[in-house]
Amino acid sequence: MWEVFKKEIRSFLGSFIAYIVMGVFLAITGLFMWIIKGNNVLDLGVASLQVMFNIAPYILIFLVSAITMRGLSEERRLGTIEILTTRPVSDLSILMGKYLAAVALIVFTLLPTLFYYYTIQQLADPLQGTDAGATWGSYFGLILLAASYASIGLFASSLTDNQIVSLIISMVLCFFWYGVLSLLGDIKALDAIGKSLEWFSLDFHYQSISRGVLDTRDVIYFFGFIATFLGATKMAFESRKW
Amino acid sequence: MALDSISFSIPSGEVVGFLGPNGAGKSTTMKILTGYIPASSGDASICGLDLAERSLEVRKLVGYLPEHNPLYLDMYISEYLLFAAGIAGVKNTKKALELVIELTQLGPERNKKIGQLSKGYRQRVGLAQALIHDPKVLILDEPTSGLDPNQVVEIRNVIKNLGSEKTVLLSTHIMQEVEAMCNRVILINKGKIIADNTLEGLKETAPSDSLETIFRNLTSHVGSI
Repeated sequence: MWEVFKKEIRSFLGSFIAYIVMGVFLAITGLFMWIIKGNNVLDLGVASLQVMFNIAPYILIFLVSAITMRGLSEERRLGTIEILTTRPVSDLSILMGKYLAAVALIVFTLLPTLFYYYTIQQLADPLQGTDAGATWGSYFGLILLAASYASIGLFASSLTDNQIVSLIISMVLCFFWYGVLSLLGDIKALDAIGKSLEWFSLDFHYQSISRGVLDTRDVIYFFGFIATFLGATKMAFESRKW
Repeated sequence: MALDSISFSIPSGEVVGFLGPNGAGKSTTMKILTGYIPASSGDASICGLDLAERSLEVRKLVGYLPEHNPLYLDMYISEYLLFAAGIAGVKNTKKALELVIELTQLGPERNKKIGQLSKGYRQRVGLAQALIHDPKVLILDEPTSGLDPNQVVEIRNVIKNLGSEKTVLLSTHIMQEVEAMCNRVILINKGKIIADNTLEGLKETAPSDSLETIFRNLTSHVGSI
């Protein structure tokens, strides 16, 4: 598994995907937090990273899908999948190597934003400080959310040998599970059904963790979500054997 | 169904040419033997280990060069071979790398990206990848297709040298290939074995004909009408 993990990380760094993803993420969150008029930290006068945590899920839909789109589709297109799967490694460890590499890259992308947190702390009213619980909760939620996106992305890449198709499937699925399902809860006509559908959305649990209260139900939801999509990926990956 | 109840066994140390027209089922057989796809019925074993039950153990014993020689074009040769050694479970990957580079004579190109290599050198990288864990059995799917005559001879020599210590199953549809490298020939057509003989034995079936004519007579429909 770690051999595949190392190879994936090398390929991210070698193909510039890693730098582009990090650069774009920092540029967009930076713009929204400090520069774009109206909602930025300085205009609002509130010492919190909330602006970033609101916008990040949408940026990550695109970026995580871009990270994972090559995952299995490229192996299939090149035919190297035949070499990987005939070596003494199980299909599951190939998938996990690829998956963990994508998650590691995302965590690494989020790390520089800790600098924003430091800045906020310096700007905050010394008597009130910042809400550390909500911030760390949000970071934890964001990592779980991105890890869920990565499982969707890997699944999408197992369906096709075309990277663009893989990217689009992944973005649509991510947007559905994050955005569409949570919007259903706002539709009055759907009433209770809408509310229960909302429970299934990634956004619902992300918001819940963001408040800084770690509820095991939310964590279990995320891990269940990831396991489900990785399971589906494994099935699609093994479809050659059918 | 690509294969129709084919059955053969290869003693260790033999170099066997696996012949047949395109679409005969050569690649499918090799994919089953390497564990890429399972056989829908029947069973296969390598070194006495059943493929369906002990797939991971079998894979340690087999080196495989798939058809069209798939490679990561953006990787460097030594980077790729170290990765290949790693996933093959080799302990001392550096030593294994040096050995296969010497064996396949990749030395002069070792610091290049695979994408920059000529087809002949790419084929050597594919072969090096299959050899990196010193497997007992080598399964090579059309190892010389698309090479120029010099490269064909070079790759043949590499394989011939390997044949003295390893069991090799290689597919091809070039008859000279078989004459140059193999002790034995298995000829299949439409998923069925139609000849399984030593090279001399096959020649004796029609002493006046060349191997090409024998091949054509056995596999073409026009000949049988």
